[in-house]
Amino acid sequence: MAETATNTNTGKPLETQEYFINMGPQHPSTHGVLRLMLTLEGETIHNVEPHLGYIHRSIEKMCEKDTYAQIIHLTDRMDYLSSHMNNEAVSLAVEQGLEVEMPERVKVIRTIISELTRLSSHQLWWGVFGMDLGAITSFLYGFRDREMIIDIFEETCGARLTMNYNVPGGLMFDIHPNFQKRTKAFVEHFRQKLPEYDQLLTGNVIFEMRTKGIGILSKEDAISFGVTGPTGRASGFSNDVRKHNPYSAYPQVEFNEVLREEGDSYARYKVRIQEMWESMSIIEQLIENIPEGDYKVKTKAVIKLPKGEYYQKVETARGEFGVYIISEGGKSPYRLKFRSPGFSNLSALNHMAKGVKIADLVVIMSTLDLVIPDIDR
Amino acid sequence: MNIYDFKSLTDSIHTSLSVNLSPSAVTIIEFIIIAFAFMMLFTLLGLILVYAERKIAAFFQLRLGPMRVGKWGIAQTAADAIKLILKEPLVTKNADKFLFNLAPFIIILSTFMALGAMPFAKGLHALDFDIGILYLTAVSSLGVIGILIAGWSSDNKYSLIGAMRSGAQVVSYELSVGLSLLTVVVLAGSLQFSEIIASQEAGWWIFRGHIPALIAFTIFMIAGTAETNRGPFDLPEAESELTAGFHTEYSGLKFAFFFLAEFVNMFIIAGIGATVFLGGWMPFHIGNWEGFNRIMDFIPSLFWFFGKVAFLIFLMMWFKWTFPRLRIDQLLRLEWKYLLPINLVNILFMAFIVLMGWHF
Amino acid sequence: MEQEQLKERILSVVPEAEFEITGGYMNATVPSAKLHDLAKNLRESEDTLFDYLFCLTGVDWPDHMTVVYHLKSTTHGHNVVLKAKIDSRENPEIDTVSDIWQTAEFHEREVFDLFGIIFRNHPDLRRIFLDDDWVGYPLRKDYVDKVNIIEL
Repeated sequence: MAETATNTNTGKPLETQEYFINMGPQHPSTHGVLRLMLTLEGETIHNVEPHLGYIHRSIEKMCEKDTYAQIIHLTDRMDYLSSHMNNEAVSLAVEQGLEVEMPERVKVIRTIISELTRLSSHQLWWGVFGMDLGAITSFLYGFRDREMIIDIFEETCGARLTMNYNVPGGLMFDIHPNFQKRTKAFVEHFRQKLPEYDQLLTGNVIFEMRTKGIGILSKEDAISFGVTGPTGRASGFSNDVRKHNPYSAYPQVEFNEVLREEGDSYARYKVRIQEMWESMSIIEQLIENIPEGDYKVKTKAVIKLPKGEYYQKVETARGEFGVYIISEGGKSPYRLKFRSPGFSNLSALNHMAKGVKIADLVVIMSTLDLVIPDIDR
Repeated sequence: MNIYDFKSLTDSIHTSLSVNLSPSAVTIIEFIIIAFAFMMLFTLLGLILVYAERKIAAFFQLRLGPMRVGKWGIAQTAADAIKLILKEPLVTKNADKFLFNLAPFIIILSTFMALGAMPFAKGLHALDFDIGILYLTAVSSLGVIGILIAGWSSDNKYSLIGAMRSGAQVVSYELSVGLSLLTVVVLAGSLQFSEIIASQEAGWWIFRGHIPALIAFTIFMIAGTAETNRGPFDLPEAESELTAGFHTEYSGLKFAFFFLAEFVNMFIIAGIGATVFLGGWMPFHIGNWEGFNRIMDFIPSLFWFFGKVAFLIFLMMWFKWTFPRLRIDQLLRLEWKYLLPINLVNILFMAFIVLMGWHF
Repeated sequence: MEQEQLKERILSVVPEAEFEITGGYMNATVPSAKLHDLAKNLRESEDTLFDYLFCLTGVDWPDHMTVVYHLKSTTHGHNVVLKAKIDSRENPEIDTVSDIWQTAEFHEREVFDLFGIIFRNHPDLRRIFLDDDWVGYPLRKDYVDKVNIIEL
């Protein structure tokens, strides 16, 4: 564009300026207080610079003052859509340090709730993804089904989003007598409703034009950027922690790690849809026979971890979530680091978004499935 | 023949006024009556269409829509209107204030001018130019100037991008709207609305014009939706990309003008579509089924017109609440690479049919 | 590669490395000056191929600082934890690994922001979470903030 335009009076090339625009911190499709500084030429993006920290609470610093039981409550506030998995990561790390083995009942319940959380997160993502594309209807379809899961959570532990259902040494309470019945009813319901998702978006011509070939991330780049979760798996990077480092009841269930090769937005979309089927299958395998037994192991009121280092990773809805605890033997960790999937996934955004249009940036961001508190911590 | 004719009503008003007043005074009074009627219609359309949109959207989205204000939320839009009137009209500090305030009025003006040429029922037709279609397509696209001015003067980068998108979009799709209407003009042999309607007495053009008329109608609906900047072509607003596009900085009554204009524009596009393709206020007639045609004649022409318009508006709302939004380059590609060539071939095809006298 | 072999492998590049096994991972502590070469070697050699850096963080010890790299090979499936020991707390500096793993660019900015460790040759070393004019490095143990941190 700049090469051909000339000033008719002087014959010199016209000066062009790059168009600089702030996307966020208040913007409908950054899904929170993320600020992207965009450099544009027309509508084409030259550079994306994420500007973070608007809700940085320094949870890692707070953890250095808190006991392990208190830390659980902070982990909810990072990736609030996968709160149960975050709780589980810290619980597992502490249990690893205490060298206690969880009863089978705890493992199975944790796994079922993890998968329900994953389903609810993917449903919300699906709804919001449609909305980012301009198809607002999908939002309410996603929320319709998510509501049933949230109701199950509410009945189980009293909370709908930030559950704190895990504690080091087991679960906060036993499951509600209705849990099995309602979960089964939900899975049956959702098996009917998930094809509706495909009907509404997947086969649509406009939808496929907007997603296929947009924001391609190669496998090498996915690994190098540490892009995990469905986003990484859509690029062919096999990184499912449930398969590679199985925890809780995952060793006893059969499921497929959904992998695709294309690495574009459409592949990321398909991976998540497919993961919902897998999650339902995992729940179905476990829900019939929840073993009898204790729902928690007796631990000391104030847990002291032996001196040492513990790293525990779990698979959240967004990818690999890691907890790195350095203990000096005290009641709080000497240093605690959360490896959040969103932070690494975001680091690939500039790489993926170079040269696309603004509308595509929204699609790419949406398929990365960012949760800002998870990035800012 | 239609049994309900508004001409008797308008004629009686004219004669009763002419008894005592001079011709120029009569003209002025009639102007005022018409202006008043159109203003009422404009507000009414806004209220009804906004309510309909919300209820229809709710219907598509598994929810109830407004339910609290009045029975089934009927007074919701009235309440919203009061809220919008009472809101503070904000202007950004570095905005070009004159243009900023002018933009909503340009948009309203263009919709008013277009509305004036609508044939609502038999004899209820304010402006019946012999170049009616040309006039309508011309004024209905004036609105884009308002959008461009709004985006330019807002001193907001998102608004500017939205305005530029709108410019590219409306200029492109204007071609398709015009050409698809021309296809029927070839059939009807006139640009005047009353004559186009009269030519459809034996049957609507969409049925009598073979496949080319159907193609033209499809293209008209696509391009018409694009011209009103509604989903899936709502790129100038594109809530998830540009927050609210060209009207990001507008609030209160000025925002209400944009909002209202969008809905009335939808009515205008549906009105043109109904008039040109679906016979306007002409009842549904089938060939020489005398009995059936007579029963159809008993339904007043006003109902026919608004029924058809309501159906087309419902179609447009259905588009909006189902489809994802296009990207700007895809939008332009759709127009220039597909709709326009198809349209041109279609006109030739139609001309050939008319020449050979193959249409019904 | 088994942990013993890996130990040999690292020792062949950095003879002064110290080893320890905690939490199922093998930790190799190396001097900060040697880290970049070791990392590059481990990333590029066919037998190790540590292509996935899944965690990068800093730790503030009373007399020194460490930068901790959690590495995994997606081909071989083995893990290792590298710890670069930086002797100076006042003026901590280390070479960047963002040329080896792209994700390190963000993670190093985070460590710089919260620990004040300077990564040499980093393409864009700025604070990532905090304001540019923020004073101090919050995750250091001696960081004082009378307003926001309530001492117990």
